[in-house]
Amino acid sequence: MTRAKRIPRAWLELLVIAAGIFFAQSNWAAQGREIRVAAAADLKLAMAELVNKFESNSHTTVSVSYGSSGNFFAQIQNGAPFDVFLSADIEYPRKLEAAGSAEPGTLFEYAAGRIVIWMPPEINADVRKQGWNALLDPAVRKIAIANPDHAPYGRAAVAALQKAGIYEQVKSKLVLGENISQAAQFVQSGNAQAGILAKSLMLSPEMKNGQVWEIPRELHPPIEQGAMVLKSARNKQGALEFLDFLKSDSGQRILEKYGFVVPRRISAVPAQP
Amino acid sequence: MNMDPLFLSFRLALCVSVILLVLAMPLAYWLAYSNWRGKFLLESIVALPLVLPPTVLGFYALIAMGPRGPLGKLWLALFGHGLAFTFTGLVIASIFYSFPFAVQPLMTSFENVDQRLLHASSVLGAGRWRTFRRVILPLSLPGVITALVLSFAHTLGEFGVVLMVGGNLQGVTRTVSIDIYDRVQSLEYGAANRMALILLTISFSVLATVYAINRRVWSPWAAK
Repeated sequence: MTRAKRIPRAWLELLVIAAGIFFAQSNWAAQGREIRVAAAADLKLAMAELVNKFESNSHTTVSVSYGSSGNFFAQIQNGAPFDVFLSADIEYPRKLEAAGSAEPGTLFEYAAGRIVIWMPPEINADVRKQGWNALLDPAVRKIAIANPDHAPYGRAAVAALQKAGIYEQVKSKLVLGENISQAAQFVQSGNAQAGILAKSLMLSPEMKNGQVWEIPRELHPPIEQGAMVLKSARNKQGALEFLDFLKSDSGQRILEKYGFVVPRRISAVPAQP
Repeated sequence: MNMDPLFLSFRLALCVSVILLVLAMPLAYWLAYSNWRGKFLLESIVALPLVLPPTVLGFYALIAMGPRGPLGKLWLALFGHGLAFTFTGLVIASIFYSFPFAVQPLMTSFENVDQRLLHASSVLGAGRWRTFRRVILPLSLPGVITALVLSFAHTLGEFGVVLMVGGNLQGVTRTVSIDIYDRVQSLEYGAANRMALILLTISFSVLATVYAINRRVWSPWAAK
């Protein structure tokens, strides 16, 4: 055999091996009864329990990707292979529905987010007593919020600061996290001395020891969380099942436990702190 | 269009590449000429930022710069404020991030200097410093330029580390990559595209310059 012939042969063998690895992996990833959920970062804690509960009563398994709602919006528009989209801002699912990317009739508001002021334990200002004034304390040099340009929690934080009349005073102290989890990271690591964060993150072990003050609900526009099934969902049945579970009593109870306001409360008891 | 983020990125990249050149030169010299057997360990550490994801670097930088971290403690004692969310903080983080891009081209070009020239210089009575200045450095000029330009370009395109320690402050830490990301997030695709095209053009020109320099002389940068 000549040398010229031997090289393509070895190359061909490599190609077969590469293809084998590739298909072995994609088969493993595409197991039948699975749904893929794109979930906003504020759901990180609640989702673990939601998925657990859901999977114990269903044959469907759930694989969750966390990220910022804006990122998911762009990805879904460009054909990302998700079945369910849980957005921290209902505007994104609404836009997707208008663009024809949502399964008709599946969009609904599953909860509303709350915001809190969180301070690490080593800061002396007592946020539970002082409320807003704690942010004016000279020991608070930086205040972390999510980026108000695209994160709903950031928008709510700025709106609340304005309503409270201290936005101009604290403006120069604000640092912007890419999403609400990153804003939490900034405070939790001690780099910022206060943060306006999602209440739904407060049950995490890293945040538990801090001081928390709930910002009254009437001070900011509601942070409406929207869920939808994608038109391109591969497991539509499973996706619809999961959305039904979110609407169900046990689903709503879990959301409530993690600091979300659930729809029946939104309409029943307006603006109760 | 607001060009502040672009100018900020330029300022950052310029600071970082100049500081890196000063820091990397002695280290590259030592790595090129030392006979120590454990040298490979240091080489591995220098190359780490090439393979570590920016999230790892950014995460450690955020912790190190915090009031409980070593760097943050030092800074707080010296200047009364933390390092995160400051321009200086970005410069320090970027120095780590772009370190191999400065050290490796220098090291390769130092190693490629003909040993006989070094011996000749020594025989003629020149000390180490004089040999470095009069023989090694002029012969390694393409390596120096490569180190400078690559660390500049790499810092210009930095994203993950800045995202993790910057805090997105207008005019202080909102670099061009963060600005583009924000625009995409806010669904301003047109503005994102314009900024991205500018960055693409600049990066291409910078790289084309380096490779043009390297083609004309020899390549100090091992095939990559």
